[in-house]
Amino acid sequence: MMRAFTVQVGPLGFRVGSAWSGPVRALERLYADYPKPADDIPDFTVRLEPVSTLRRWVRPSVAIRGDFMLPDAVPTSLAHGLLAAEMAMNLQVAMGERRFLLLHASSVERDGKVLLMTGESGSGKSTLSALLGEKGWRFMGDEFALIEPETGLAFPFPRPVSLKNEAVAEMLRHVAEDRLGPEMVGTPKGDIRHLKPPAEAIRRMGESGTPALLLFPRFGLVRDVRPVPPSEVFVRLTQASTNYTMLGERGFEALTNLVQGIPARAIDYPDTATALALVDQLWAEHA
Amino acid sequence: MRDARILAWVLADPTRAAQLRPHQWTAMLTIAQAERLLGTLAHRLAGLEMPETAARVLDRARRAAETDRRQALWEAEMARQALVSLGLPVILLKGTAFLAVGMDAGRGRLVGDLDILVPRDRMDDAEAALLLAGWEWVKQDAYDDAYYRDHMHELPPLIHKARDRMIDVHHTILPLTARAQPDAAALIADAVDLGNGLSVLYPEDMVIHAVLHLFADGDLSGGLRNLWDIDRMLREFAERDGFWDRLLARSRHHKVTRYVSRALRLTHHIFETPVDGYLAWQGRRGDLFYTGRLLARNGWGQETAKLLRFAFYIRSHWIRMPPFMLGRHLFTKWRKGHQSIR
Repeated sequence: MMRAFTVQVGPLGFRVGSAWSGPVRALERLYADYPKPADDIPDFTVRLEPVSTLRRWVRPSVAIRGDFMLPDAVPTSLAHGLLAAEMAMNLQVAMGERRFLLLHASSVERDGKVLLMTGESGSGKSTLSALLGEKGWRFMGDEFALIEPETGLAFPFPRPVSLKNEAVAEMLRHVAEDRLGPEMVGTPKGDIRHLKPPAEAIRRMGESGTPALLLFPRFGLVRDVRPVPPSEVFVRLTQASTNYTMLGERGFEALTNLVQGIPARAIDYPDTATALALVDQLWAEHA
Repeated sequence: MRDARILAWVLADPTRAAQLRPHQWTAMLTIAQAERLLGTLAHRLAGLEMPETAARVLDRARRAAETDRRQALWEAEMARQALVSLGLPVILLKGTAFLAVGMDAGRGRLVGDLDILVPRDRMDDAEAALLLAGWEWVKQDAYDDAYYRDHMHELPPLIHKARDRMIDVHHTILPLTARAQPDAAALIADAVDLGNGLSVLYPEDMVIHAVLHLFADGDLSGGLRNLWDIDRMLREFAERDGFWDRLLARSRHHKVTRYVSRALRLTHHIFETPVDGYLAWQGRRGDLFYTGRLLARNGWGQETAKLLRFAFYIRSHWIRMPPFMLGRHLFTKWRKGHQSIR
């Protein structure tokens, strides 16, 4: 009764089972260019199930289940099934990953060096990484940066970018319409469309890079650049990591090495053109 | 994959993993995760040839179990420090005990809460000492609180405000309202001192506690893991002379022979545990229902056999309380549920 979909994203493979065919068809379209899990064995299993037998057919309501579950996860409507699948996959990584230190950050790479951007929802880190991915950088991911504690390297997790509200129109100025997935209106996170990463980002999703610069962007403010002291960077990154405490001493060492190894700047920007210019300038100065 | 048998089959003999096809690996790993046995499976399969992805999944589980082990033992030490002034033995129960002794049952095992046993007449002192050391009540209402104190075998759960870990302080190993009533004084009198201020139950009592936890106190949720604990203990302790005779004598002393007997039959059937024939054939049949319930999970990690699960849920209440009390309890809970909706 479960319709199945599997996909490999960066170093992690997923299996998604769904009681309905809609979410699986949407995933197949969005992830058409991605490979399947190596060995045909996924790292994580996700299930989209009706909250009750009745709600499979009547006002279908999707419960997010899987290897790792939140007891109080809010069900979504079937129309937002794709979003449910994406959230469920993120949840598995956030709660289950133990090899890599996870940072809630977007990342792009150039010449083997990686730019990390982290900030709260609405900071613009997703949109910036997607834009840079269209302008000569290799897009590595908009959700999680995977830091390998033993080497300090950043590994890609190039999922389709979830663009919210005004970011969709902004992105359409830079990419063709066929790169975007279906529009989901009125989700808990606003209106959402997914952007398929460039082909190169998917082809090279096994290639890591060395972190070289960390930015804390904030959208909607007057242009400003401030250095961030290592102590503050450390604390902010512990908050941006979903598995820092679970990794124990390895997590602490990975994070202190990262913080001591790369420069960090907070940037405020009123529009994307300013942000892109700032990134170019700071990259030239520090990376 | 219809049920969790594939996991039990490989846990019993890890070399069988060499025969698995990819979809069977996937099913087994998913079921193991859902049954909280993935870390255990990782330890059982360590060093064997397997697909790279399976090794990665198991490596993740091994790391998780190692973190959990360290936290569980630290939590035991914190409890010891909190209670040291009372001059009590802090008797560790369940998972933390397996880890503290270094038993096979502890290898790769996840430990949730810290469970300890203290004499009933010292419960108030233990409670006061823990509150002083930073544990606090998990928020609950007056009915639940009173229910715990009057009828349960433990204090209402406490959680440490800084470390966010729960402690269950027991004075015996089954609710006071349950049909079976083991001899709590004997459990405490015969506990084994580990020499570091912590104690564990006498080996045969450890087995009996695991058995009662599985069959006499709950609806068999997570039962496969509890049965695995029993399998490991039986195999480890059976190497000592006279173990089966002592287990029989001790089961009779606590008046729980039929539960122990059933556990022996089921772990023999599911995990191929060598068991004592005489002890295994005491008491009643009906094992098929138990086997079905313990293995009720499919390759997607979903719970199956809904009706059987529900029957065991009903049973869990039936065996924990006399009928009149059960009626009153369910009525109170129903009314509360009703009120909270309004």
